[in-house]
Amino acid sequence: MGFLNFLFDPISSISTWLSSLLAGWGLSNEIITPILYLIGAGVLGTGALLVTLLLIWAERKIIGRVQDRFGPNRVGPWGIFQSVADMVKIFIKEHIIPSHVDPIPYHLAPILAVSAVLLSLAVVPLSKTTVGTNLNVGLLFIIAVGGLGELAILMAGWGSNNKYAIIAAFRATAQLISYELPMVITLIIPVLLTGSMGMVDLVEAQKIPFILAAPLAALIFFIASIAENGRAPFDLAEAESELVAGFNTEYSGLKFGMFYVADFLRAFTSSIIFVSIFLGGWQGPWAVQIPILGFVYLLIKSVIVWFVGVWIRGSLPRFRIDQMVDINWKILTPVSLILVLLTAFIDKGLGLSSIYLRYIVLFLLNIGVGALVIQLIVKQVKKTEVQVDVGSRERLVARPENMITIHHQE
Amino acid sequence: MLDQWLYIGIFLGISLFLPAVAIFLASLLSPKKPNAIKNSVYECGVETRGETWVQFHVQYYIYALMFMIFDVETVFLYPFAVAYGQLTLFAVVEAIIFVTILLGGFVYTWKKGNLTWQ
Repeated sequence: MGFLNFLFDPISSISTWLSSLLAGWGLSNEIITPILYLIGAGVLGTGALLVTLLLIWAERKIIGRVQDRFGPNRVGPWGIFQSVADMVKIFIKEHIIPSHVDPIPYHLAPILAVSAVLLSLAVVPLSKTTVGTNLNVGLLFIIAVGGLGELAILMAGWGSNNKYAIIAAFRATAQLISYELPMVITLIIPVLLTGSMGMVDLVEAQKIPFILAAPLAALIFFIASIAENGRAPFDLAEAESELVAGFNTEYSGLKFGMFYVADFLRAFTSSIIFVSIFLGGWQGPWAVQIPILGFVYLLIKSVIVWFVGVWIRGSLPRFRIDQMVDINWKILTPVSLILVLLTAFIDKGLGLSSIYLRYIVLFLLNIGVGALVIQLIVKQVKKTEVQVDVGSRERLVARPENMITIHHQE
Repeated sequence: MLDQWLYIGIFLGISLFLPAVAIFLASLLSPKKPNAIKNSVYECGVETRGETWVQFHVQYYIYALMFMIFDVETVFLYPFAVAYGQLTLFAVVEAIIFVTILLGGFVYTWKKGNLTWQ
């Protein structure tokens, strides 16, 4: 029975065993807790950084396949050790420090970039029994820590004393700040349905995942989180064809590697967050009885969401900056605000006690608002559509007042 | 309560420590052969001209202002959302009026053309 218990819930078994061991050495409770926290944080942080190696390989492989290439295929079977080889190489590369950098932001930025990504893992429940810490403002903590990543990018761009870097930093700040709004606003809906901002409560309230009650909100959150990660199609901050490498142009060696790691890990942590908020986190059949199963469910769901993100990255072209701004300020922000208001009003106004009825009403509301928005966008696009005959000398110019310019040829 | 923030503090320490140590070790292992050309600002081979640290384009300030307004608004909305279960319809309508006033401002800036990238 003891062994079975260990198998079902290894992490909390190990932590109880460790704490009883430390208590056996005569340590008091005030010392044991920090030690356990230290071990837990160390394991979680190191584990996340090691998983990144696998993520980088997987992402390069998937992107390669999407774009009809092989992707890494030389080092080890299917090129699986490619990122290990890259890491060793980048570890012994020279750190070139340009002569006129601003030292404090320049050196601090790569550290802060990784730290910001890791920190968001601290409050996400990994299974029924395993959570870093059950903060009662967990959701706000995740948003705040997400903002720390922006700070790292701004510091890198400003500290580098390079014009490409600083343009990228300006763009990144404008983008990340803008897209934080729809993200924060749509997150109000899960909080409305749960009545708590703690991540543990949020996951536990999702006997039925919130994505069924708020599909449009989930979609907006997903788009905003892609933009927050600065990945394609929202990768204006590191637009290779315009800005060399964007904010990390002047970084080399492992300092560049840290931005690289932060970028790839952030894609995965943000999918974990998405899963925890909208897809029920560790919830699934028997996840309460066998906590380790919950961890597996969380992982499977996160990998699916992460794959969708990578798929989008491989498929869509980059937005222009005016399109990026328009999508946020003219579509996502007003839609998410109106959606929150309608959700709050209709849910309270009907006062349904049955959870199923409540979900159905909210689902229909989301679909209705979504259909309306799509219709409005199509109408707007039709209005700004420009027709050009084949062979005419008239050139189509991308104009900011066209929300989405469509090249229409007969 | 304090326990939870202790964990956050420890985690912050660890998450700063791991990359910092990695970068420190790498800087010990890596070769150091700086020279003036290698350390010059990278601008695709062209010599750099003028200051880099210039003022922001004014457009960014407008977005920053808008962001501030709406972010503060959401800070007010979160306590409302947490208490939502115990609220009456009247209180919900009050919150809606609060947001609608701000939405009025939003529509005003939109009509003024401040949301169009220049």
